[in-house]
Amino acid sequence: MKSLIAGLLVALSALAASPSELHFALHGDPRTFDPLHVEDSNSEIVRYITAGVLLRVNRVTDQLQPELAESWKILDGGKAITFRLRAGLKFSDGTPLTSADVARTIQKALDPKENSPAGGTLKGAQGAPEIVVGGPRDITIRYAAPKPSIDRIFDSLGIGPEGNAKMPATAGPYFVAEFRPGLSLQLKRNPNYWKRDGSGRQLPYIDSIRIDIQGNRDIELTRFLRGELHLIHKIDAESFDRVVREKPGSARNGGASLDSEFLWFNQAPAKQVPEWKRKWFQSSAFRHGVSQAIHRNDLAALNYKGHAHPAAGPISTANRTWFNAELKPLPANPANAAKLFAQDGFQLKDGVLRDRDGHAVEFSLVTNAGNRIREKAAALIQDDLKKVGIKVNIVTLDIGSLLERIRKTMDYEAALLGFTNVDSDPMEQMNVWLSSGAEHAWWPSQKTPATPWESRLDALVMEQSTAISMAVRKKAAVEIQRIAVAEEPIIYLVNPDYLVAVSPAVKGFQIAVAPPQVFWNIEWLKLE
Amino acid sequence: MWKRLALIFLLLVGTSALLSPVIAPFSYSEQFRDSANAPPGGKFLLGTDDMGRDRLSRLLYATAVSAVLAPAAAALSVLLALLACAFPGLVVGGLTTICLSIPWIFLFIILRAELPLNTDPSISVLLTFALMGVAGWAGPARVFSGSIREMMESGWMLQARSAGIAGWRIGLVYAWPHLRSVALAQFRVLAPVYILAEASLGLLGLGVAEPMPSWGNLLRDLQHPDMVRQNPAILAPLLLLMLCLLAIEAVAVKTHEKEVFR
Repeated sequence: MKSLIAGLLVALSALAASPSELHFALHGDPRTFDPLHVEDSNSEIVRYITAGVLLRVNRVTDQLQPELAESWKILDGGKAITFRLRAGLKFSDGTPLTSADVARTIQKALDPKENSPAGGTLKGAQGAPEIVVGGPRDITIRYAAPKPSIDRIFDSLGIGPEGNAKMPATAGPYFVAEFRPGLSLQLKRNPNYWKRDGSGRQLPYIDSIRIDIQGNRDIELTRFLRGELHLIHKIDAESFDRVVREKPGSARNGGASLDSEFLWFNQAPAKQVPEWKRKWFQSSAFRHGVSQAIHRNDLAALNYKGHAHPAAGPISTANRTWFNAELKPLPANPANAAKLFAQDGFQLKDGVLRDRDGHAVEFSLVTNAGNRIREKAAALIQDDLKKVGIKVNIVTLDIGSLLERIRKTMDYEAALLGFTNVDSDPMEQMNVWLSSGAEHAWWPSQKTPATPWESRLDALVMEQSTAISMAVRKKAAVEIQRIAVAEEPIIYLVNPDYLVAVSPAVKGFQIAVAPPQVFWNIEWLKLE
Repeated sequence: MWKRLALIFLLLVGTSALLSPVIAPFSYSEQFRDSANAPPGGKFLLGTDDMGRDRLSRLLYATAVSAVLAPAAAALSVLLALLACAFPGLVVGGLTTICLSIPWIFLFIILRAELPLNTDPSISVLLTFALMGVAGWAGPARVFSGSIREMMESGWMLQARSAGIAGWRIGLVYAWPHLRSVALAQFRVLAPVYILAEASLGLLGLGVAEPMPSWGNLLRDLQHPDMVRQNPAILAPLLLLMLCLLAIEAVAVKTHEKEVFR
């Protein structure tokens, strides 16, 4: 009897210790494992899971939390930041991690020869910062002028070891153990990871992660439904509904995402757009009219199967820190649209809207070919605008010729596209709102602001992105949103929901607003 | 019997397609947003799609686009090929080889990118099929030039020429009946190829764009197997496509057999 119980206990403990492996897929090979050279979304996911950072933006609360640095302090009114590292930090290969590694990583990122995207984030308005190593655990980074978000920028700086290994040792929860290009990626738990849970157990809980490279999303979905994958970190509305039907407990809707879908008119002085059409496009009454004729609710209900929220402006309603709460999604109001058109001299005759000079209102709407959701959104908008007398011609173009038109030749009238936002801070959209910005969609790269409100936006954007005081930044962001909605150079349509499929076996996850929405607390996830 | 049935079927499909503006219950683009994804029956015989558009009306219009324009494009290819064969030097000269090695898909992308943005959708559809017809001449031309070469070396041709029969008469009375069955066979091969080519061009956004329907873009709904399970009427365009191809085959084969046995 005793031996039986002992045997049972041994078996139980073996069961408890059996290695757990999380299984999911990426849609393409990560191009690099060097945390300083990440530019594609696949590498970004691997970087997030493997690289150690000084501090982390909690993706749910949007607050900073300590990681490799146990504490930090902003000095001199935002000109400098000083970090104190945890004691006894080690990389996954066992070499100690000290402030020298942090200094070397920052210097490498700033080295022009490296051409690292991380370097761009680290650079100040007046060039590279000065790095002072105060001791093996202390480091200070000092800029010539106050650096906005001086703390948050360290959320994405992965601290790497010396050397140029293709798969470098890491200081995050996992390290890359094996990479078979086009096939799979094996991540193993970092045996030297510093973080422990309340009971003193070393994290991460899950021993290894197997990531398959799977470009075909239908196959990914089928494999998830068969139970071969634990999660899909972003799925479309149609696939989501299939998961709801076939594995009801696995479909999770994270609510409105930071992404948005929108349309805009070409206001740039391009010779391809007739003068009279540009007059419409430059009239805010015309833009408001178009905006109010569109049924955003139908877009969300039909196009996204209800898994989208009508947009209220440039910043998603899901972005609690920065959203201007006074803005409300615009309900469709064709009668009001007609009034706005009439104010601007348009007249509706026999179902055709005509401008002062008798030109029938007709424009082409370009969008990218092969994107079913956008093509259908275009068809819905076409139908909505027909009801106020506007004829829309839908043109789907391959992405190359589309970008050529909207960025270079400016040979288009209106475009329907979307933005994927990876950061809650609106600073990310700076290039859109600055009149000199290359992505100032309706009239890019202006030499001087074309309108008084664009020049006001320029000032506000600079204030939002450079001010040190959070209150000042927030105030500027609120005002930017107010102007963006009052002038409506970009007509925001919907914020698609963030949809995921996660097996009930995965415990401890919380869907966040900012990427990586599902993995952001990967070291705390458990498998049952 | 089968041939007659097939002929009647094709005629029926053809006329209903051409009459679609009259007989379709709704316009192909009219959206009944409150009845999106409605099941078949009642007001909508085949149900509605996810934007609340009547599937039956869309199918009728799609048939007009695909079942009429694709065979027309196939006929254009065959005609061009026959014309080209009137200049054997040209064909032998390797023009077909050059044409066959051009990646035509890029021409379609360029065509779509260069068309004025406010081009009427029906014109862009016509141009797409016309370009398909022009682009497809080289394949059949090669087959024709092969069979012409064979004929030139045949006994009856030698006899006809030695008997002093005029060239045009040889061509029209003796050679054409041979060539005709080859031409028909080419047409039969090309028509369904073009229907399917439009479907795949549609996936690239180069074929028939929203909201205009074609068999190609209606078939895109089949990519979602569970949608088919919900509303099997989605299979209607596939069924129609298959039946049309079978009918074309039946008519063509019977005609061909008759000629062989005459």
